[in-house]
Amino acid sequence: MKEEVKEKEKEEILRILEENARLSDNEIAKMVDMDEGGVKSIISELENSGIIRKYKALINHEKAGIETVQAVIDVKVSPERNTGYDSIAERISRFPEVKSVRLISGEYDLSVLIQGKTMHEVAYFVAEKIAPLEGVRNTVTHFLLKTYKENGEMYEEEEKGERLAVTL
Amino acid sequence: MSDRVADRVKGLKGSGIREFFDIAQQMEGAISLGVGEPDFVTPWSIREACIFSLEKGYTSYTSNWGLLELREMISDKVYTDDSVYYDPEGEILITTGVSEAFDLAVRAIANPGDEVIIHEPSYVSYKPCTLFTGGSPVCVDTGVGDEFKLRAEKLEQKITDKTKAIILSYPNNPTGAALSRKDVEEIADVVTEHDLLVISDEVYGKLTYDGKHTCFSSLNGMKDRTILLNGFSKAYAMTGWRLGYAAGNKDIIEAMMKIHQYIMLCAPITAQMAAMEALRTNDEMEQMVSEYNRRRRLMVEGLREIGLSCFEPKGAFYTFPSIENTGLTSEEFAKRLLLEEKVVVIPGSVFGASGEGFIRCSYAVSQYEIKEALKRMGRFLEGHRVV
Repeated sequence: MKEEVKEKEKEEILRILEENARLSDNEIAKMVDMDEGGVKSIISELENSGIIRKYKALINHEKAGIETVQAVIDVKVSPERNTGYDSIAERISRFPEVKSVRLISGEYDLSVLIQGKTMHEVAYFVAEKIAPLEGVRNTVTHFLLKTYKENGEMYEEEEKGERLAVTL
Repeated sequence: MSDRVADRVKGLKGSGIREFFDIAQQMEGAISLGVGEPDFVTPWSIREACIFSLEKGYTSYTSNWGLLELREMISDKVYTDDSVYYDPEGEILITTGVSEAFDLAVRAIANPGDEVIIHEPSYVSYKPCTLFTGGSPVCVDTGVGDEFKLRAEKLEQKITDKTKAIILSYPNNPTGAALSRKDVEEIADVVTEHDLLVISDEVYGKLTYDGKHTCFSSLNGMKDRTILLNGFSKAYAMTGWRLGYAAGNKDIIEAMMKIHQYIMLCAPITAQMAAMEALRTNDEMEQMVSEYNRRRRLMVEGLREIGLSCFEPKGAFYTFPSIENTGLTSEEFAKRLLLEEKVVVIPGSVFGASGEGFIRCSYAVSQYEIKEALKRMGRFLEGHRVV
């Protein structure tokens, strides 16, 4: 296969998987007009090279009745001489309670998403684990109250007018 | 009074199939491949612009022609996409959907007795609308052997000294056929030679999967002879808004406007406001087209896997597989499939006699529905295949 053609197929496969990771290789093969083997090899290449990080489900915890508490923590840090923000960001990232860590512009430096079972647990984690870290100068905790949209998906199914079953 | 209904209407073919459609509309748990509209909701930015226009109080009539700003935007769009220029003042008319535009077009040009050539299978309203004018529809069959394209030779055979116009409807509903540049150029030669007019319904023009659609009026010498019809329904998922337009030479568009001002006055202003937003931002359209393309491939391959031979559609969102190997007529096939497996498909015969032996399956449904429908159809075919 020509390299540029393969690049195009690769992008299309990524777009398809990003939308629905549970499609079979065979179904994807039909959609991109390739044979199944070709699709398989592109996907394993994407997995091996770390472009595809993982396949996960997007879960509405509230609907599932699973109580979780999430908070976004704004963290102000003093960057280190050689590693800048990287080493402190990495240290924070290693806690399993931490769901995402992002370097942001503005008054604060890192935006950290934390998930726990109770508000107390989350508050305690910030006070005990994040705030005392060397280099952390200040934190602000925002508890999340409701999720409307996550990763491009609306949490509440949009009410949709019924289409007619037959239109010519 | 015994004859309350006019002969003109009584003469229309009563639809024996209506009963089937009624069952289909109401059946619980059915999967419908009978849909003729996108399953996407109109993009939010368009809906939002419409809401804003209502808040600002845009609730009045517009000019009979439609909002000038919208006509200007359409003029720009057609010029950018298809390299043919229409003057927003006098050459573009905003209508309530392509349906109205078609009615106006054929009424504006056909005298009683004039022949209008219609290729079949094609959309169901061309023939009755032509009959309403007193004109005579003349059908040209297109077949799967020609990939459901209207061939210039076949067209030429149907031309008489009464022929006034031909209808072109590509990308085609129900077959999904599309014409290449060469195909349309050959038709254009015939049109010039026989001094004909063309009504070109290009409402599916943005939905092509294998090469770009060629706008008929962009061909050399064709702008003068063509009434170009297009709308927002399919490309922007705006079917319920009822908004379309006609573009053509001043004499014909003016004639169409005369009818339009008496029967419609103007297209709804809310839809016109929304259409302007649709033309401003069309980034969601590309995503819709790539998603249709994935579904198209799923559907075509799936139909072939369950044993139906299926022409590869190049546009719109329909597949048109042959069901001949079942020994059933299109209508029988559709009825039994509905009753036995609860899948709605449209019998090809609805779209003209040459559609017999085929069914129309829309892929404007979710990937899940395509897979489930194919599973059910596969099971149905196991029971009905004539070996």
